[in-house]
Amino acid sequence: MSQTDTNPRKILVLGATSGIAEATCRIWASQGARLFLVARNAEKLAAVAADLRTRGASYVDTAVADLDDTDNHPALLSHAVNSLTGLDIAYLAHGILGDQAKAEQDFNTAAQIIYTNYMAPVSLLTWLANFCVQRRAGTLAVISSVAGDRGRKSNYLYGSSKAGLSAFLDGLRNRIDREGVTVLTIKPGPVKTSMTSGMKGSEKFADVDKVAQSIVKAIDKRHDVLYVPFQWQPIMFIIRHIPERFFKKLNL
Amino acid sequence: MPTAPPATPELDFRTPDEQFEGKAPFESWGRYPNYDANVVPLHWQSDYPAVASGMHNGVLPVGMGRSYGDVCLLRGGNLLVTTGLNRLIAFDPETGLLTAEAGITLAQILDFAVPRGFFLPVSPGTKYVTLGGAIANDIHGKNHHVAGTFGRHVTQFELIRSDGTRKLCSLTENSDFYAATIGGLGLTGLITWAQLRLKPIVSRLIDYEGIQFHGIDEFLDLTRQSQDIEYTVSWIDCASTGKNFARGVFMQGDHSTKRSELKPSPAPKLVFPFDAPGFALNHLSVSLFNTAFFHKQIHERVVALQDYEPFFYPLDKVLHWNRMYGKRGLLQFQYVIPWEHAREGTIAILKEVAKSGLASFLAVLKVFGDVPSPGMMSFPKPGITLALDFPIKPDKSFPLFERLADMTREFGGRLYPAKDAAMTAAQFQAFYPQWQQFARYRDPQLTSSFWERVTPNS
Repeated sequence: MSQTDTNPRKILVLGATSGIAEATCRIWASQGARLFLVARNAEKLAAVAADLRTRGASYVDTAVADLDDTDNHPALLSHAVNSLTGLDIAYLAHGILGDQAKAEQDFNTAAQIIYTNYMAPVSLLTWLANFCVQRRAGTLAVISSVAGDRGRKSNYLYGSSKAGLSAFLDGLRNRIDREGVTVLTIKPGPVKTSMTSGMKGSEKFADVDKVAQSIVKAIDKRHDVLYVPFQWQPIMFIIRHIPERFFKKLNL
Repeated sequence: MPTAPPATPELDFRTPDEQFEGKAPFESWGRYPNYDANVVPLHWQSDYPAVASGMHNGVLPVGMGRSYGDVCLLRGGNLLVTTGLNRLIAFDPETGLLTAEAGITLAQILDFAVPRGFFLPVSPGTKYVTLGGAIANDIHGKNHHVAGTFGRHVTQFELIRSDGTRKLCSLTENSDFYAATIGGLGLTGLITWAQLRLKPIVSRLIDYEGIQFHGIDEFLDLTRQSQDIEYTVSWIDCASTGKNFARGVFMQGDHSTKRSELKPSPAPKLVFPFDAPGFALNHLSVSLFNTAFFHKQIHERVVALQDYEPFFYPLDKVLHWNRMYGKRGLLQFQYVIPWEHAREGTIAILKEVAKSGLASFLAVLKVFGDVPSPGMMSFPKPGITLALDFPIKPDKSFPLFERLADMTREFGGRLYPAKDAAMTAAQFQAFYPQWQQFARYRDPQLTSSFWERVTPNS
């Protein structure tokens, strides 16, 4: 489903300054897409927008917003689709890792992680899903995580928020796929961003540009779930199937 | 268990407190020396002021770490890795002016520019260097005799000093910092972005010609005959003596003017007859390699149409070719000797190298032209330059380097800091007498292991 210069795709990106989102947008920009970018930090957002314009995006508009402000979502999203004059892809890439150690002691920290990684996407996707169903078209591409496939002591707050998000997306897909709307759940493993080059130990991480290419391809092919890099699919299959009485003893 | 989450804006950068925890070994391209440092990635221009304030033990911005010796190292200090600053800012297809963050690599620039019909004004032998690194080392290429150094094509850039002040530098604005930063080894501040003048091309292809030569005089003849050709460089056999002494292959090329495909071809990138030397590097020993390379070119003259990639970057195909020298690493030795003594100096140094038995796979000979660099500390000057790779053998290599450096000095030449890990403070200060003037522009927080080594008395 590639587009031509005369009919560029209209793409809304939420969390556009994240490493994976930025790399993905560079591919879309070189294809001449129309982009609407949302992020919290105005200066970073402006740098990303200038880059994408220079790379060939046919249209780039931005909005500075804290996506935790769910009350603002309807206004933000309707502004975005008006600006884009439609919507082919909504790409949700925002999220926080949070401080697991602190969240174990302090519910407010835990709640913050859950709010940003689960509640906010649910709010956005509720609006976006209904918008797309009305038009019987569109793709909702959402970055979840392999960490949501099974809770581990090292980051189960983050993992559980992503687990909730993945389950939400399963259900949403079940509901709206028949309405002509595609829901893609993206489950990345650890990703090396350009900033880690030269550092030892990051060689095993996935290359952010390759991750971005896989995401663009999965969206074009209307896939349902993408493990990226693909090796994570069998790895997580095994991890999900380790019996709990062994799993709870592991240091993961 | 490697199931960390994907990068998010919040993960891009740790809080300033966390940055100073932990040390990471950082290798330069020569893998010698190899020092621990705090490695701090920069992902946004706004990261720098927060990072630089309160850093102790010195700071050094580094890019891809493709310099060979210790100009990109800082033992026990803080290395600010700029490769996350790789965004484009603006491009004008009318003038070819490209503005980009300084951590973008030349490879990334080419990926953007070539399909649009533009090329780097000056390109080194690898495309895996950053824009900032290319400025800081004022790199040169095969077209030095017509185009001068990289810095000459940099119209302006922004420099942040560790006190947070930002300076726009160009020939007309803060021109003193402009001159000090081009070739300034990353010591004058962090270059956040730079503007570069690209040049138009109509084809990916290079009209290539390879010609065998026997001895320096034939090399100089070929050089004279090729004044109008944009790119020239020679590989020279530094292992042979006697009648084969200083034989080599003179390689020249121009951007093809026949309009053709600008997108990368998926098929073999090498379009025509002769393999890049990079292939051979992994398989053959030095003299075998040298003999093979010489005779690879079966005919005295080979004419071909070649993609720009193997022409400019034969070694980039072999990622991490530096590893073939083993863990001890390699050292490059690159001098320029001005015309006055260029011929006799080059012959004398090649004889000394052949005598030492420490041969080099990659001896590259080239003539620098008289286009002046805007850089105060820039390495190139008119004359002959020779670059030699040596595997490090501690008891033999360093005495040889010292002899070669002294010979270079006697012939009025100088060495290239980006390729050095061995010159003494006295040698450096003789090569670059303007170093004290330069030191006035150095950012007080910024230093490198190279700088500490060659200016211990500053």
